[in-house]
Amino acid sequence: MSNIFPKSANKLPLQIIVYLVVLSGILTAGATYYMTPKYTRVGYAPVQPVPYSHALHAGQLGIDCRYCHSNVETSGVANLPTAQTCMNCHNQVKKDSPLLAVVRHSFETGESVPWVKIHQTPDYVYFNHAIHVNRGVSCWECHGQINEMEVVAHDKPLSMGFCLDCHRDPAPHLRPRDQVTNLDWRPANATEARTQGDKFVHDWNIKPPQSCSGCHR
Amino acid sequence: MRNVYLVTAFVVVLAVSILGFRGTKFTQPPMDVFPEWAFPGMKRQPKPRPQGESNFFADGRADRPLPAGVVSRNPLRNDDALYAGKAADGSWVRGFPVSVDATRMARGKERYTIYCSPCHGAVGDGNGITKQYGMGATPTYHDDRLRKMAEGEIFNTITHGSPNKNMQSYADKLFPEDRWAVILYVRALQRAQTGTTADVTTDAGKQALGLK
Repeated sequence: MSNIFPKSANKLPLQIIVYLVVLSGILTAGATYYMTPKYTRVGYAPVQPVPYSHALHAGQLGIDCRYCHSNVETSGVANLPTAQTCMNCHNQVKKDSPLLAVVRHSFETGESVPWVKIHQTPDYVYFNHAIHVNRGVSCWECHGQINEMEVVAHDKPLSMGFCLDCHRDPAPHLRPRDQVTNLDWRPANATEARTQGDKFVHDWNIKPPQSCSGCHR
Repeated sequence: MRNVYLVTAFVVVLAVSILGFRGTKFTQPPMDVFPEWAFPGMKRQPKPRPQGESNFFADGRADRPLPAGVVSRNPLRNDDALYAGKAADGSWVRGFPVSVDATRMARGKERYTIYCSPCHGAVGDGNGITKQYGMGATPTYHDDRLRKMAEGEIFNTITHGSPNKNMQSYADKLFPEDRWAVILYVRALQRAQTGTTADVTTDAGKQALGLK
């Protein structure tokens, strides 16, 4: 009766506990790394119906973001441009390009160009573009270096933590209003970003909400 | 027990090699930590979103065109000078039906830079960046035809596009007040091209030009 369990079995409970601790550590690390928009959304670069290059239009040609996303200063939504906006130039520039057939079709028939949405907050999030760009929050803060992207990719996580980082301390993320759509603008250094940011917070009376109902309704 | 750790290590390596690292470019729709089937109606609620899709309407769009005969809730636009550039007798307005001041000039410059300068160029000579890419005949502002054109007619061109439709309507991008601001700035650009030393009146300006 004395030899049912070998002597090594005495250590087994402890070994199992140690293993479970190690395993939960691995699972926690895995969840922290993978179960967040930093992994699930950043880098999303879907194939669009028209191979439109922001690097060419916004970067090389220097066209302002607001030329196409024209309602961004007055509306909660940064609208996609109408087909007519494209045709403002492409009725003469590359007007027979097969790559633009979708746009021409949209312009002639009024049907939508089936753009694929990249940055998409959940429906319970009410983000307002106008209030942000009119208070010195650059496009760059949430969308990254769009003017260098051949294909637009999701650049920032846009998670709730990402929003709150800025809502808790907006000053370093603010810039002069006339530089909001200048994606290459950077403050000279961190100290200056802080001092001028504090000034903007004061002058423009910036009080970003941190309550739930500020963004969720 | 060693085997258990080996198996765990193998599973970790396997998982990392399948899932990859943060920030990798991908084209498939993003994964969801809280997927729609498990939490229906949370992330994607059955409501129309601006410029969004709709299964309800035949054209698949949530945005609806205005029905025929719809009446705007906005204030009535019955000021023809302000909203159409036309004087009471039907001719084009000369001068500005809005106040003219430095604020409006600054606004005009900003709007001009965004919406006009890609073709018309920063100084209004028609040599915008698009010319290098095949935009053919953007006219210069600096000729008699456009210097003498009534402000109201310029307003009409911004609103409805040029008669030959090489330039299309910018009514969706510029509010009527902004169109007047742009015209104001265009007038300033035209004036700047015909400036002479006699226009420099301040002492500092004269010194800068070596006139004194």
